[in-house]
Amino acid sequence: MTGFFYLSASVAVLATVLFVLATNAIHALLNLIVSFLAIALILLLLGAPFAAALEVIIYAGAVMVLFVFVIMMLQVGPDAAEQERRWMGSRVWWAPAILALILVAEMGILVGTGAVTAESGPRRVGPEEVGLVLLGPYVLGVELASILLLPGILGAYYLGRRRREKP
Amino acid sequence: MNELAFIVILLGALFTISALLVWVERRLLGHWQERYGPNRVGPGGILQSAADAIKLLAKEDWTPPFADKPVFILAPAVVLSAVLLSFAVVPFTPSLVVADLNIGLLFVFALSSLSAYSVVLAGWASNSKYALIGGLRGSAQMFSYEVFMGLSVMGVVMLAGSFRLRDIVEAQQDLWFCIPQLIGAGIFFIAALAETHRLPFDIPEAEAELVAGYHTEYSGMKFGMFFLGEYLGIVLMSSLIVILFFGGWQGPWLPPLVWFWLKTTVIITVFFLIRATLPRPRFDQLITFGWTVMLPATLLNLLVTAAVILTNRDVP
Repeated sequence: MTGFFYLSASVAVLATVLFVLATNAIHALLNLIVSFLAIALILLLLGAPFAAALEVIIYAGAVMVLFVFVIMMLQVGPDAAEQERRWMGSRVWWAPAILALILVAEMGILVGTGAVTAESGPRRVGPEEVGLVLLGPYVLGVELASILLLPGILGAYYLGRRRREKP
Repeated sequence: MNELAFIVILLGALFTISALLVWVERRLLGHWQERYGPNRVGPGGILQSAADAIKLLAKEDWTPPFADKPVFILAPAVVLSAVLLSFAVVPFTPSLVVADLNIGLLFVFALSSLSAYSVVLAGWASNSKYALIGGLRGSAQMFSYEVFMGLSVMGVVMLAGSFRLRDIVEAQQDLWFCIPQLIGAGIFFIAALAETHRLPFDIPEAEAELVAGYHTEYSGMKFGMFFLGEYLGIVLMSSLIVILFFGGWQGPWLPPLVWFWLKTTVIITVFFLIRATLPRPRFDQLITFGWTVMLPATLLNLLVTAAVILTNRDVP
């Protein structure tokens, strides 16, 4: 099991690095999808099959299809890749590198001091349990998310409505 | 080792069945249209698909110079592997299942949402206008109809109380879910037609206007993989309909596998019959129908089912 974890974790890291470095937008998104699939596998290994399935259905499936759809409509060609290459100078890397280093350092401290160990990892959680918790203690979060989604739907309806022809 | 043998036999059977289905469909279409259909190769033309496969394998495997090569090759592999992986959770009989996951139904939906990529990527990587329009239509259609497909089976999940496909079949011991979930079954069937892009939902590959849609630029075995993926998709969707709404392997006298096979065959034939009868709608009509008729009907079905379950529940 540990071997599988390290395998999918390295796939996730590698795919994410390739996602950042890719100059072709569709290739970048494909790498991101691979990274999501690897993360879903890690969730499955950690004993959360429901979260793993949702990761694939929502992130790798629905959200990324929309991204690919939009980029297809934008007609990215060789010019866009060339422009992307010009933007990727050495100057743009400083800020994200510092932010990432902070996160890595934080994780190193947590693992180093023994606050998080592999033994204190979660147990297996079935779909029923997730549902009960979502609509029990966390019902406020679910409702907030639905409040957020409702204006989205209404906005899309408003923008997409058929305008009446002027007489 | 036993499990490995079962997987190999299952894969072999699936490829054989989907190849046979191509011939069955062409013969049935011929019959319904007062003509013969393919009847030359083998007895009654049964070896027609084998001849087609040999032809496809022997063809030059050509990649257009203007295509995006890695994505062009990836696209047909995605659909075939996604559909074949979905069969891992399908319970053919109580014991005949590769992986009895407790998220079985979600696993199928996850893979079917991934198979949408093959249409999108094939359309984009081909770098030609017909393929691009086919890919755009395909992606819009698939993510519209995926929403209702997921929601329409939630009534079944509520009644069975599980995502595990074996539990869902066992919950239909007394009553098949197609009776309490009549609306859900109808919506799922329509969504299944859209997911496998069969007529009347074959707009991504409408040959009259788009040549062949997203797989216009494909030839040889890469085209064969799309073709195989479509027929395997029909088998998968029919088995799912049987499992979710028609009691799976359950039935009197005959052994479970025979019942499963019989029911699935009937559903597949209905798929073919619909192809032979219905015309193709316009694209915007299709999407409007989905969002304005199917979605409210699905939500209403879900609401009523939940209310009935709540009122009939034993109060503790």
